[in-house]
Amino acid sequence: MTETVYVGLDMGASRTKVAVIDHQGRLLGHAVKKSGIDFGATAALCLDASLEMAGVTRSQIGDAVATGYGRNNVDFVTEKNKTEIGCHARGCHQQFSGAITIIDIGGQDNKLIKLDERGRRSSFKMNRKCAAGTGAFLEEMSSRLDIPLEEMNNLARQATEMIKLGSYCTVFSATEVLENIRHGKPVADIIRGIFYSMIQRVLEMDSLTDKVVLSGGVVAHNPYLVEMTEELIGRPVLLPEFPQLTGAYGAALYALDGTKT
Amino acid sequence: MAADKQPQRKKIEATGQMMKIMSDYFYDLNDAAKSDERKVAWCTSVGPAELLRAMGFAVHFPENHAAMLGATRMATELIPEANTIGYSPDICSYLTADIGAYLKGSSPLAKAYPGIEGPPKPDVLVYNTNQCRDVQDWFSWYAKELDVPCIGITSPKNFTDVSEILIDDVTRQIEALIPTLEEVSGKKLDPQKLRETVALSRECTELWRQVLETAAATPAPLTFFDGTIHMGPAVVLRGTQQAVDYYQQLLAELQQRIADQVAAVDGEKHRIYWEGMPVWGRLRQHSELFSELQASVLVSTYCSSWVFPDFDAEQPIRSMAKAYLGLFIVRSDAYKEEYIKQMLKKFQIDGIIYHDAKTCPCNSNSRYGMPQRLEEETGIPSLVISGDLNDLRCVSDEQTRTNVEAFIEQLEEK
Repeated sequence: MTETVYVGLDMGASRTKVAVIDHQGRLLGHAVKKSGIDFGATAALCLDASLEMAGVTRSQIGDAVATGYGRNNVDFVTEKNKTEIGCHARGCHQQFSGAITIIDIGGQDNKLIKLDERGRRSSFKMNRKCAAGTGAFLEEMSSRLDIPLEEMNNLARQATEMIKLGSYCTVFSATEVLENIRHGKPVADIIRGIFYSMIQRVLEMDSLTDKVVLSGGVVAHNPYLVEMTEELIGRPVLLPEFPQLTGAYGAALYALDGTKT
Repeated sequence: MAADKQPQRKKIEATGQMMKIMSDYFYDLNDAAKSDERKVAWCTSVGPAELLRAMGFAVHFPENHAAMLGATRMATELIPEANTIGYSPDICSYLTADIGAYLKGSSPLAKAYPGIEGPPKPDVLVYNTNQCRDVQDWFSWYAKELDVPCIGITSPKNFTDVSEILIDDVTRQIEALIPTLEEVSGKKLDPQKLRETVALSRECTELWRQVLETAAATPAPLTFFDGTIHMGPAVVLRGTQQAVDYYQQLLAELQQRIADQVAAVDGEKHRIYWEGMPVWGRLRQHSELFSELQASVLVSTYCSSWVFPDFDAEQPIRSMAKAYLGLFIVRSDAYKEEYIKQMLKKFQIDGIIYHDAKTCPCNSNSRYGMPQRLEEETGIPSLVISGDLNDLRCVSDEQTRTNVEAFIEQLEEK
């Protein structure tokens, strides 16, 4: 097989994602791993795993683009890079037509990106230097509750009520959580409140367009957040097939775009 | 976005002369503080410096010292010293850095100028709250600590037009300072000397305006980051011949750059307006970040705040009042938006960056919907970056970089 492929690397603060696409933008291979402390090694592992999944070798890479927090800090198959804001926009525009608002909930930050009809960015917002509404917030709460991260989603679903958290500060929220535990409140109700707090922090960053897309690893692993968002905004939201890969996919599309100009 | 080449930082030749006159100024202050005859006044940066200078005071500007603490990245270590005595990390980080430096006996002046230990001991402290309340709190702390008189102007705020009533008010407040200043200095105010000083201030700020307006040329010959350095004489030496001479030299150099088509940022593609304070400890990084992206941050509210067209030697005190009331920071959002709109047009701006400085609400104009209103009216996109003037604990370099790069990507998509 001699097909040329295009690679996107999304070196996130929490997870590293790689997407491999063909010349038509179809996803052929992908991989996700914890970023850890050796970004270069993690990127290489993800690349090899996704190339293997795609059934191709490094020699078939036509071009590649890196994005994410570590985009400037890693030796990869490319020196080209784009911001994650640009890549999430590109990835979502490929999958959803028309004007959209993208809500990306990542491990370290949130982004709210508005695209016009032609997929051009009209504005974007990132969270302030604060963990509220990010995956880091969820990780902190999981640790405080001593409940594995992967169990949070199902527990939230089991809640019969919701214990709302009043603060947007992660540290203050953790104190509220402990206080509720001391008062014997059901853990599931507290977790639903944690999810609610996350979504609220994101939604208050900016206004939304009619069409809303959710992306990022946090919604990929916590589908209850999607339902809760729909409930809060009063309409269905759009979800990419692989929400966690949106940035890497967008980066791969940029790599492909570059070969067409 | 990959940096294909290292950005070229073009040195402004006049910088050497600026360093010299700033050095002379600091040594003169130091000498004044040690002499029995001369008196030292501390003054807020848009306080009645003309009056003080005309009365023979050597004038020290604590905000200038605080900015130096920021630029040398000493501030972040010193701010906690002030926090521990009750000055919150949420208030002005000029105040906390400067008081922290005093408490710790530390000063960038001591490092830069051999023989100077720190700021000169004051004989009187004179503020104008046209900038914020913090300057009054700041000076009041020193007044108690050093047992010196602290007097000032309590400025009206948030007005759109500088009305005669407001000018009357501030004129009377300036006049009311004179008896105390005469008592401290031991000299009567010489009206002719005041007229001369106001005339020099007018000349200085007019030249400074011309310097800043060279950036209206395409490509722009200087950036906001250059401006933050070269505004030194306009802040601390206005009302003197040295400042006038300096800006004549700088202006000539920049006009030559325009004639030679010399760009401050190679391959200038995007023209950016900076609204808010600089991040003093990141001037170089920010300058390089924008240069890498071929974006020229060429004009700012901040540097333009030291342009005072209202100074009039024929009406020295009344025109001082008018000038201090004309300051951007003290005006309403309606005025500020009109001002920025004119600047966007004059300098052919593609995008605006608002610096939301954690500890400086008065200089953070992104908190009451201004970016959204201006964007809607002008169609010029904007970005808000979180940071601070002096407290680097409030600055995230990675977030700043990503935000700025994404903003430039957005401009490129237009």
